[in-house]
Order: sequence, then structure tokens, then C-alpha cells
Amino acid sequence: MHAFANPARFLKIARPATAWLLALGLVLVVAGIAGGLLVTPPDYLQGETVRILYIHVPAAWLGMAGWGAIAAASISQIVWRHPLGAIAGRAVAVPGATFAGLCLATGSIWGRPTWGTWWEWDGRLTSMLVLFFLYLGYIGLAAAERERGGEGRMAALFGLVGAVNLPIIHYSVLWWRTLHQGQSISLAGGSSIAPELLWPLPLTMIGFTALFAAVALMRMRTELARVKLEARLRRSAAE
Amino acid sequence: MSQWSFVLAAYGVVIFVTIILLLASWRAMRRAEADAAAPRR
Repeated sequence: MHAFANPARFLKIARPATAWLLALGLVLVVAGIAGGLLVTPPDYLQGETVRILYIHVPAAWLGMAGWGAIAAASISQIVWRHPLGAIAGRAVAVPGATFAGLCLATGSIWGRPTWGTWWEWDGRLTSMLVLFFLYLGYIGLAAAERERGGEGRMAALFGLVGAVNLPIIHYSVLWWRTLHQGQSISLAGGSSIAPELLWPLPLTMIGFTALFAAVALMRMRTELARVKLEARLRRSAAE
Repeated sequence: MSQWSFVLAAYGVVIFVTIILLLASWRAMRRAEADAAAPRR
């Protein structure tokens, strides 16, 4: 990871990677959405609303993975003082918060016709809402620290402590058997969803993940360009 | 409301927000990189 400690080396890889991730993400998301809306059959029990699965699950995964990335960036910043750690954490926070919000919104829209309610204080829903608020807190804290010229260590600590919510979200459906259904897809144990309904999901999962990574890279490039400009302005003012 | 109304509302929100996120990130990046690459005055 320290091979990318040099921003110039990082940018050499990030520039082409941004374009490739954007192209891959758009193709897979369009294919997955088209398949999910036009090709797959309705579910025998949920009817047409099962199609919300193809956007809700990627949003939930990215909301959680985003905070996992913030925690990893925080460790790299605190332990190894990686120069890109704080920048990576800030870059991931906005798309992470966006997808956590989209997970809550799509879950709520699915819940109304399926459960008969827009919202329930269920373990999974509540822990996901807590994650969304953690994102907002992280974004505010990181922005305030950057504005004061700090290194972002408080935000990094917040990012690490906030990661305790990730296993709570994951195991909430086992610990509190309330309204949200249990796990139906597992990387190790297969899926309880019929294959003819499931196939668009990997497309949207990988596609939205690629778009998320592209947004994170674009935001890192934005921040690095601003750092470069600020350094130049400081040098000009000193001359 | 029919089930399709809920499906289309969910997809509409996700597609709209994702496009805004992508465009805003792209625009900010292009602007920042152009500013950083501009010749010194």
C-alpha cells in the first residue's frame, strides 16, 4: 500500500482507473436494471416489488463497505501515517452516505407495499439509520478539521470507532428477529432466491461498486488537485 | 397504488441520485485539476 504513498504514482494509476471503472459500472448497471425491470418474472409472493431488490441490496452493501473503507483508511492514517489515508476517508464518506441513504429510501419504498409500513424501529433498519448519521458526523468532523488545517486524526478515530456498527448491522437480523427478513444470500452458503430472479443482482452489485469506486477516485483526485493548488498559493504568498 | 408505482419510484430515486453524484464528482474534479494545472501568474 505504501507504493501509492506518492500522490504522483497514485494519480498515474487513478486517472485511467477512473475512466475504466465508470465505463464498467455504467454498462453493468444499465444491464442489471434492464434485466431487473424487463426480463425477470415477478415473485410468487412479493409480486413486482421484488425488483427493488436489485438496487436495494447494492445500496446496503455500499453503505456498509464505504464505512469499512473509511475504517481501513483511518488505520492506514493512524498506524502508518499514510499521506493518502485522510484523503481516501473523506473521498469515500460522501458516496458512502449517499448509498446508505439510498438503502434506507429504497427499503422504505419496498416496505410500504410489502410490510404495510414505510418505517419500523426494527434492528436492521435502526442500525442502518445509525450508520447514515455516523456518515453525516464523519463528513462534518473531517470538513471542520480540514478547514482548521488539521491532519484529520479526530475524524480517523471517529471512523475507527464507528466501525463497531458494521457487525451490529450484519448480525441484527439474527440478534433481533423483528421485521426485516434474515440473510437470503451468502458468498459461502449460496442463495435461497431462485436463479431466474437472482441473475441481475451480481450485475448491479458489481456495477454500482465500480461507480462507487470511480466517485471515490474522482473525489481523491479533486482533493489532491486542491492540495497542490493551495501549496502553490502558499509558495507564491511567501515569495 | 399499483406495485409498479413503488418499483419505479425506487428506481427513479436511485438513478437520479447516482447521476447527480457522478456529475457533481466529475465536475468538481475537472475544475480542481484545471485550476491546479493552470499556468502561474
